[in-house]
Amino acid sequence: MTLTLGHFLSLGAMLFALSVVGIFLNRKNLIVLLMAIELMLLAVNTNFVAFSHYLGDLHGQIFVFFILTVAAAESAIGLAILVLLFRNKSNINVDELDSLKG
Amino acid sequence: MSVTSGLFYFFSAILLFAAFRVVTARNPVHAVLFLVLTFFQASLIWMLLKAEFLSLSLILVYVGAVMVLFLFVVMMLDINLESVRQGFWKHFPIAAVVGVFIIFEMSAVLMGGFRVTDDPAIVNNVTAGASNTRELGKLLYTYYIYPLEVAAAILLVGMIAAIALTLRERKDSKAVKPDDQVRVKAKDRLVVLKVTPTQPALAVETVTETSAENKA
Repeated sequence: MTLTLGHFLSLGAMLFALSVVGIFLNRKNLIVLLMAIELMLLAVNTNFVAFSHYLGDLHGQIFVFFILTVAAAESAIGLAILVLLFRNKSNINVDELDSLKG
Repeated sequence: MSVTSGLFYFFSAILLFAAFRVVTARNPVHAVLFLVLTFFQASLIWMLLKAEFLSLSLILVYVGAVMVLFLFVVMMLDINLESVRQGFWKHFPIAAVVGVFIIFEMSAVLMGGFRVTDDPAIVNNVTAGASNTRELGKLLYTYYIYPLEVAAAILLVGMIAAIALTLRERKDSKAVKPDDQVRVKAKDRLVVLKVTPTQPALAVETVTETSAENKA
């Protein structure tokens, strides 16, 4: 049985579903939420690379390159906000982030 | 079953296990370390897909920079595990239902509709005697040059934003500010006052009277 495109796409789907489950489970822990978002981006990138390989089109890999760039910037700013949050509140519990309630 | 298929299933199993441990680990440091393992397995799977440049840059950029940043932040924060883990399994049923739904629906569509195997004509067309890195570089620096510049600007903005968010000036610092020193004028330092040699006697008396009142 040879590998088809469906194998890689299914792997991406499973990884994506696992990170969705992670977001459901860790609704209070902001840092694990950030990690789950990283996992989702990884799943999407795997899909892009698989399509790029099986369709013989390098543009998909270029797109992964840009996604990696944006994800790196996003996680840097996210972690900076997290550090700022911890300084002000002394915890990272998402439930206590309600000071903006109208 | 070929060697490639075996490797794919092996890497996938480790990847899914590590991803599961990322979202369920009690200790956040363990979660980050499992995330590193996940990224390693993903990069190996990308290597199976002959995307060598992206596979190596995933290890260098992600494991080398972003994950280390995560690890620093997790170790720096003193997280109260009990409050964060409270009600952890409360949402497990709905999470499991949603996750299984996503997997089954997408697998049904993907396994049915994408039975594309390795077409030698297409694959050889892309990688005929050329390195993946060279081909990517050619595309990136010609066709995608403007997006590349925008990506560089995004990274710069991200860096400045992260520094500006977390920068904290010390309030008890006695160091002089160089910009204030440079901007200073001579008249800020030395003021020449016209003082008459003798003061009127009346003014001095009122001053002493008021000060005496203040003392009393």
